[in-house]
This record gives sequence, C-alpha cells and structure tokens, in this order.
Amino acid sequence: MIKYILRRILGLVPLLLGITIITFAVIHLAPGKPTDLEAQFNPKVSMEARERLERLYGLDKPIHIQYTDWLKRLLRFDFGISFVDSRPVIKKIGERIPVTLGINLASIILIFLIGVPIGVSSAVKEKSFYDRFMTVFVFVGFAIPTFWLSLILMDLVGVRWGLLPVSGIKSLEFDKFSLIEKIIDVARHLVLPVFVSAFGGLAGISRYMRSNMVHVLRQDYIRTARAKGLKEGDVVYKHALKNALLPVVTILGLSVPGLIGGSVIFESIFSIPGMGRLFYESVMARDYPVIMGVLVIGAALTLLGNLLADISYAAVDPRIKLNE
Amino acid sequence: MAIQKSIIRKIKTVFQKAVFLFIGLLLLGFRPDYGDAIVVGSIGEPRTLVPILASDSSSGAICGLVFNGLVKYDKDLNLVGDLAERWDVSEDGLEIIFYLRKGIRWQDGLPFTARDVEFTYKSLIDPDVRTPYSGDFQMVEEFAILDDYTLKVVYKEPFSPGLSSWGMNIMPKHLLEGEDLNSTDFSRSPVGTGPYRFKLWKTGEKVELLSNHDYFEGRPGIDRYIYRIIPDQATMFLELRAEGVDYISLSPLQFKRQTDNKFFRENFQKFNFPSFGYTYLGYNLEDGRFKDLRVRQAINYAIDKDEIIRGVLLGLGRVATGPFIPESWAYNKDVRPLEYDPGKARALLEEAGWRDEDGDNILEKDGAEFSFTIITNQGNNERRMTAEIIQRRLKEVGIDVRIKIIEWSTFVSEFIDKRRFDAVLLGWSLSLDPDMYDIWHSSKTMQGEFNFVGYSNPEVDRLLLEGRSKFDQAERKKIYHRIHEILYEEQPYLFLYVPLALPIIHDRFKGIEVGASGIGHNFIKWHVPKAEQKYTR
Repeated sequence: MIKYILRRILGLVPLLLGITIITFAVIHLAPGKPTDLEAQFNPKVSMEARERLERLYGLDKPIHIQYTDWLKRLLRFDFGISFVDSRPVIKKIGERIPVTLGINLASIILIFLIGVPIGVSSAVKEKSFYDRFMTVFVFVGFAIPTFWLSLILMDLVGVRWGLLPVSGIKSLEFDKFSLIEKIIDVARHLVLPVFVSAFGGLAGISRYMRSNMVHVLRQDYIRTARAKGLKEGDVVYKHALKNALLPVVTILGLSVPGLIGGSVIFESIFSIPGMGRLFYESVMARDYPVIMGVLVIGAALTLLGNLLADISYAAVDPRIKLNE
Repeated sequence: MAIQKSIIRKIKTVFQKAVFLFIGLLLLGFRPDYGDAIVVGSIGEPRTLVPILASDSSSGAICGLVFNGLVKYDKDLNLVGDLAERWDVSEDGLEIIFYLRKGIRWQDGLPFTARDVEFTYKSLIDPDVRTPYSGDFQMVEEFAILDDYTLKVVYKEPFSPGLSSWGMNIMPKHLLEGEDLNSTDFSRSPVGTGPYRFKLWKTGEKVELLSNHDYFEGRPGIDRYIYRIIPDQATMFLELRAEGVDYISLSPLQFKRQTDNKFFRENFQKFNFPSFGYTYLGYNLEDGRFKDLRVRQAINYAIDKDEIIRGVLLGLGRVATGPFIPESWAYNKDVRPLEYDPGKARALLEEAGWRDEDGDNILEKDGAEFSFTIITNQGNNERRMTAEIIQRRLKEVGIDVRIKIIEWSTFVSEFIDKRRFDAVLLGWSLSLDPDMYDIWHSSKTMQGEFNFVGYSNPEVDRLLLEGRSKFDQAERKKIYHRIHEILYEEQPYLFLYVPLALPIIHDRFKGIEVGASGIGHNFIKWHVPKAEQKYTR
C-alpha cells in the first residue's frame, strides 16, 4: 500500500511539471501584457515608463528564461510576487482560501446531507410521483442560473423582507461585535450563498445516489436478504446503502480541488472575496504569478484528490487491491 | 461733542461686540455635527495605496483622502494651494518656487517639510520605481530645497502642466526612506497629511478610513469613510436599496428609471454634472478613405449625436465638440456642433468620389465598397450601443460598418498599439490641465503612444508646444480655444458625447455642494446631523 502511494506520488511530479509548462505557455501566448492595465490608457503614462515597467517585471526576457526563473522559485515554494500590488502570491491566495473553503465545505456537507437521502428515497420509491417530483426539483436547482436565483433571493429576503444581509460576509460593525454576535453575523451572511450553491449541486449527488441505489437494489444479494425475511429497513439501509455509497467516495475525492476553486459569478454577486474573483481579476490584469499560483495549487489538488479517491476506494471496498 | 463722540464710539464697540458674539453663537449653533460613517460602494478594489504607484480610480479615491499634493483644483477648477500656501513662477517660466504651509503634521505626528516633497520627487524619477507618472517630472532640471518650507523647481524649458503635476500626493520621507516602494508594506498601511487616516483594508471587502481630527483645514464632518468593494452592479443597487451603501455612481438607466420612485426620493439625493471625459470615434488617418477630410465631415453630418445621447445615456450627457472638460476655461463654447444632416453627408461623400454604382446601397470608389470596422473594448455597454447607432446611421448614407468587440488587454496591445484598426470607439478621461500634447502632437505616433489615429497638423503641433510653455491662463485660453476649433474642423475624431456623472448619496448627508469639479471638492464639510446618524456604535 505505502509503496503504491509513493509510486503514485512520484508519478505525479512529471505530470505536474507538464501542466505548468502548458499553462505557462498558454498564459503568455494570450495577447496583452500586465502593463496594459497599469498604464490604463492614461496619456500621462509615457511609452518609456511602460517599457520601464516591463523591464521591472522581467517581461523583457525570453519566455523559457521566464519559465525556468519561475520554476526555480517554485521549487523553494516561492510563488513570486503579484504584478498588481507587489504582494507575495502565496499571501494573496492564503487570504482568499478560508472564505472559499468555508462556503464550499458548508455547501458540500449540505449537499450530502440532503442529496444522499433524496437519492436513496427516490430509488426506493422508483418511478413514483415522489421520485418524479424530486427529479424535477433537483434539476430545477441544477438548471437555474446562479446569478438569477441569487439576485431574486437577495431582493426578496434581503431588501423586501429585510431578514438577511444582501451581500458580503461580515457587517460593517463586525469589529465591535462580541464573539457570539460575530458568529451569528457571519452565519447570517452565509445563509444565502451556501443555499444557492448547495441548491445547484443537489442534482449531481442525488442522481448518482439514485442510480447506484436502483442498481444495487436489483442485485441478487438484496433478493437473498429479502428472502431471508429481513425487515425492509434493514435491507435498504444496511445492505443496499453501504454498497451504493461506494462510488460516492470517488465523487468526494474529485470534489477536493473544487473546495478551493470558487466561482466568479457567484462570488461577484455576493461580494465574497474568494478564489474565483482573485483568479478572474488576475487573468484580466494578466497578473502571471497569481494566475500560475492558483493553477498550480488547483492542479496539485486535483491530482491529490484523484489519488485520495483511489486510496480511499481501496480502503472501503475490500474487493479492490491497489498493489496489482 | 467730544463726549458725544466717545459715547457713540462706546455704543459702536458694544454693538460690534454684540454682533461678534451673535455671529459666534450662530457659528457655534451651526457647527456641523461630527460622527457617523459614509459607506461608498465601488466595483473595483484599490491596487496600492502608495500614491505615486496608484493608477486606478479606486486607489486614487483612497489616496486622495489620505494624502495631499502641493496644489489642488478647487470647486471652479482653478489651481489653488494645498500643502503649498502659494507659489511664484519666474518671468521666463523656468522656475517655480513653492512656499509650503507651516505647522502641518503627518498623521503619525512628525512635521511635514520640504524634505518630504524632495523625497517624493526623487522617487518619481527613480527608474526602479514602478510609477506611471514619471513623465511630467522628467522635465524638471533641478530641484532645490531653499529652507524647510521653501523649495525651488527649475524646468528645462517652460512647462505649464508642470505646475498641476505638483498636485501629486506627497509621501512621508521618514517612513519610506530606504524602503523598496514597489513592495513596501506602506502600500496597505499608508500615512499621509490628509483629512482621513488609514484604518484597515480587508482584501475584496472594504477599506476603512478614520477622520483626522488635526487636519489642517479642520476636522472632517464624517468620522468614518468605508469603501466597500461590491464587484457586481446589480448587487450594488440592491445594497443601495437596502441602505447598505450610502454613496454610489448610478448608470443612466438606474438614474432615470430605477431610482425614480418614492423610496429613493425620500431617502437619497441624486446629482448630475459633466464627467471629465468624452467618448469619440477615432479614425485611422493612415487609411486612404479617412485621409479625405470630406469623408470625415460627411460622417459627422451623418450621425445624430443627440440621438446617441438619448438612446445610450437616456439624455444624461452632452454633445462633445472637442477634447476639453466642458466646464473648464480651455473649452471653446463657440464651437457649435454641426446639425445632423444626412443630405449634406451624401453630398460630401459624392464629392469625395464615393458613389453607389451597383445599386446595393453601399457606396463604391474605384471598385471598392465603403466598408469598415469599428472596434471597441468589451464590457462597456454604452460603447457597444453607440457603435450600433453609428452603424445604422452610416448605413443610411451608404457606408457599411461592422463592429468588433475585444477584451481590453488584447484590444490595447494587439489593435491600438499596432494601429490595426479602421476606426475605434473609445473614451478619454481628462486631467484638469488642458495640455494634450501626448494625444495630438504629430511626434506621438510611435507604437504604444497616444496619437494612434496618426493626426498631424503643423499649426496644432505649434500651438500644443506654445500652450504648455505659457503660464498665463488668458494666453493659454486663446491657444486651446484655437486648438479646439481646428480639431472640430478637421475631425480626426468624431467627437460624440460627454457623459454625466450620476452620483447618488443618502439623504442624511448634508453640506454637499455641486461645483464645476463635481461634488468631491468639499467632502470634509459633509456631515450628518446628530439625530440622523446611523453608524454610532
């Protein structure tokens, strides 16, 4: 097992390297330069000043030199300095991760807590009115544009009823609140964003769950269990559910990179300072170090997530052996 | 007689005292209430609070409250002293001597002196500092400190825009000396001389400032200034509706329709005044078709600017006739916009040799159809709609227009800088000094320079140089009025409109005053009566 993991991790290194080469090349191939935004078409910014800026950013060097410079720094876990505000990339990413991670964790937990029961119960009552209703319900959630639902809810709950704050993650008076007030304040701000992102994610997990469960319920061992005279509850929740949950482990593993990847639209609408906005703003400003930083972390997490899924799969399913 | 006189005098002094007392009491009674906070909503986030590096409007807004320059523009767009009490310009226009105000302190308590100005100047011309503002300061030949509160700047040649360039925010030497300005922590914890001191900056959320009670022009009326970053327009409007923000800029649609109801009339005050910028259609003057003045004039006749203003800005704009701020002294009000007249447009095009020979309603000349592409940047709906109106109007006179919308960075580096365009729809935001050398001088046509339309007129070249060498406003006025005339006659740009700035501010803020420069000029006098204060915790 340990040997297998080590081998897999070693295998990840060239893969990651390849990813960085391709992304680095693609980003630099994209037209435009970081200095375009800085100069912002300002007639007070002379051409010499623009060239000087380029030199200071190291953009006048050939691209392969820029890449090796970047890679050398990365090996020391130095992601470089942002072109936009000269702050360390790692710091910029670091201050965004907690919010994104928090919201994504909360919404994933919510998705599993609601999606799994919906899937299971739909499978048990396959093709009933309930099943069809739930199918429509989760697909509505999947199909509704996030920005639309968010704005409608903000207008209703936030503006018209005045129950929850419209946007942001903290009140303006946050610093003067007591601890309990602070917790309540953040929670109130998170209700809408977590709800909206969870609503959109229900379809995936509940449909997976439903089809697994339908499949498992048709297996011979379920018939055997029923034939033995077990209670229907035991059959469904002990024998069938355990087996139907196995593929969900894979989905969990695959959602690891998604935990820190935010959505631009969603974060912009709720004014949440998360990863999605950071990435989008960096792309628009051609802030190469930040773009690369976010992509490398994302790629690394995707690869790790896959590995994790494989390992945990082996751990929960005795039929799978990794060494072969 | 003598006694009478002395009695009268006594009565007079008593009366005077009473008047003074009365005025004093009145002033005391009208003393603005301090306190409360103003929450300003902004789409963008500041990039840096090192003022000489700040090039975006968000950074500029914050820096403008934390720092001061030597000079500033007042309500009526006249240059007045800020950190400098006054200044003298020598006869030959080469030397400026600034006399600084005494007794000004940095927000950390240390005195402000000429050494801070020198430090700021040296940073501006330091090739290792990533400042976009070095241009104007490269013109300085010598910078000398005469004493702690007097300094002398000598220019290589007379350079009048140089004076307003000293509106650049001055940075504290004692905090920044020896620091690398590009990466200093100061960029997120600035200390200035201004009316507000920096408190905190939560990335992606807000920047918060507190009023500087010792500000040299007096304590600002509002205690806290909170700059909230809300990247989505729709959310911003909902926040305004929920009174989560106090001050935002409206779009014409929001101004005209969405805020025209009881709730907004009761709780908010709206303002409108011309913004410092204009939108234009710039021709590539290297292009044979646009080289012909008659063609450019024909297009001017063919397009109804008022229609664009009605359609795109819902009437909240003015027709532009030239490249100056409409309310400034440089703007020539005698230049009248041409009437919309498609008949004249057709006649001019015909005169220039463009005829519809194959009957497809598109003009031809030497076998080639008159068809060109307008490019503009992505993310600006007003420009897109303007381009569409132009497209329709030009079709009516037989010109086929295509529209291409391109992401900003690509737009600049691949199309503008390399001059790969037929016509470009863009806007300029204007600085308050009317010097337009970089935009119109024929030498400024290299890659990445701003005369990308390739305009060249010897008289304009001469006038531009003359305009930046004169300090006397009356003389400069004549020069810029002439430039304005020539540019309108020659039509290197089709000048379209000056949009109005449309701020909306919560009703509890009093003391807001609209001037030629907008409403920001007396911000420190804004206040909220005690009874209406909202953020008091």
